[in-house]
Amino acid sequence: MRPDSAHVLGRAPAALVIPAVAAVALLVVPVAAVFVRAPWSTLPEQLSKSGASTALRLSLETTLITTAVCLLVGVPMSWCLARVDFPGRRVVRALVALPLVLPPVVGGVALLLAFGRNGVFGRALDSAFGITLPFTTAGVVVAQTFVALPFLVIGVEGAFRSSDSRYDDAAASLGATRWYMFRRVTVPLALPGIVSGAVLCWARALGEFGATITFAGNFPGTTQTMPIEIYNEFQTDPDSAIALSLVLIVVSVLILVLLRERWLSGVS
Amino acid sequence: MRRWLAVVVASLALASSTTGCSQGTDKAKLTVFAASSLTATFTSLEAQFERDHPSVDVVVSFGSSTTLAEQISAGAPADVIATADGTSMSVVQDAHQLASAPVRFATNTLVIAVPAGNPGDVTGVRSLAATDFVMCAVSAPCGAAGAQLLRNAGVTADPKSFEPDVAAVLTKVELEEADAGIVYVTDARSAADKVDAVPVPSADNVVNSYFVAPVTGSDQAPLATAWVNLVTSPAGTSVLAKAGFGTP
Repeated sequence: MRPDSAHVLGRAPAALVIPAVAAVALLVVPVAAVFVRAPWSTLPEQLSKSGASTALRLSLETTLITTAVCLLVGVPMSWCLARVDFPGRRVVRALVALPLVLPPVVGGVALLLAFGRNGVFGRALDSAFGITLPFTTAGVVVAQTFVALPFLVIGVEGAFRSSDSRYDDAAASLGATRWYMFRRVTVPLALPGIVSGAVLCWARALGEFGATITFAGNFPGTTQTMPIEIYNEFQTDPDSAIALSLVLIVVSVLILVLLRERWLSGVS
Repeated sequence: MRRWLAVVVASLALASSTTGCSQGTDKAKLTVFAASSLTATFTSLEAQFERDHPSVDVVVSFGSSTTLAEQISAGAPADVIATADGTSMSVVQDAHQLASAPVRFATNTLVIAVPAGNPGDVTGVRSLAATDFVMCAVSAPCGAAGAQLLRNAGVTADPKSFEPDVAAVLTKVELEEADAGIVYVTDARSAADKVDAVPVPSADNVVNSYFVAPVTGSDQAPLATAWVNLVTSPAGTSVLAKAGFGTP
């Protein structure tokens, strides 16, 4: 924007500014309130409670695994959706985006009915391999993947579709196989989209509560992630819940800022 | 900037007051916060209250007593609160949010709910150590009572999961995700078609007391008192007794 553009265009109309201010207030005030009400004097004790560090470690571990799993299966799925013409592609695209709009609790119920010990697939899983997912850390990863994967796919598929497919054509004319092309042309071109998709996916996994508590349960060290620990603590010790919320806010902001500086500003 | 904020605040206040009106039939609304173990009984008392007071719409919000107590202490607009223990009621009382002293109106004991047919062969509290069982989070009254039950029986077993409330515990048992769950006698009875109950000897059992009280600052103070009276009346006691609650 030129420095004198405000002069030329006139003042921003109140009809736009007032809702915009209201929106900013709605988004910023609650987060600011956590800082205002945080129990600063007892913060070290609140955070050194074993429950807090256990939950934070579990959250970081599970969300990183979830993000890795999402990349591993989500990037290929996005590529197929963007570059392979197959019947029913639009239906598949709509179906895999469903968890975006599904209430997470519903996701948890659905997961339980599918992969629960007594679920449609879970029963076979149990009798064939002795694997049960509910009440396990693996169950947490499954729940997080269910809700977070579409966030990655939306971003990555968009990046694949918007990057020029003529580069692929050129690579093909030079004798590259499709696998070589994927690795050396398509993915590097779509990297900013993949990174931002992965960040969104990670953030969604970190905040995941409903599907996790419904499907995986709530036990310290196994399935009690930060959001669940915060919910628990809020019932008995609000100060502790506020302290934990503070940690989650700081971690989220920190990683977003770091990623933005390292990756997004450079490549987007 | 400051003027904008004033305009925003004013328009938000206006918006919220108009939506408040637009919901309005001319019925008076009585909001009751109640422990989730009271779901069946309070729903039937709601119908009875609305028959006796045709101009009143009773809205009951069920949840963990601890959560409800926190919500009222934080200013949630309830007219009456009924909790499954004394601890969460005293949270509200300590926050000076009770219009009058709480009344103890029912008691409840614990039982082990198992999926129909008892696939995990649960025989009592001591056998829980060898099974996949779930219980309420210790912050909820049913969890505190469950932990006490395990201590009374000398069992040091961890559950597979601490569920947010007793309804969630029951669901995990109904779906056979868990072999057992510690629930109230009344919950097991209301779900008798889906779960079986393994009784707990009274020596180990824990008695939870239920309290009800009107909340301060209610626009419906006389109705709130009427609700408390209904719950403690012979009619209310009989509904509670039928569901398996004890009389205090």
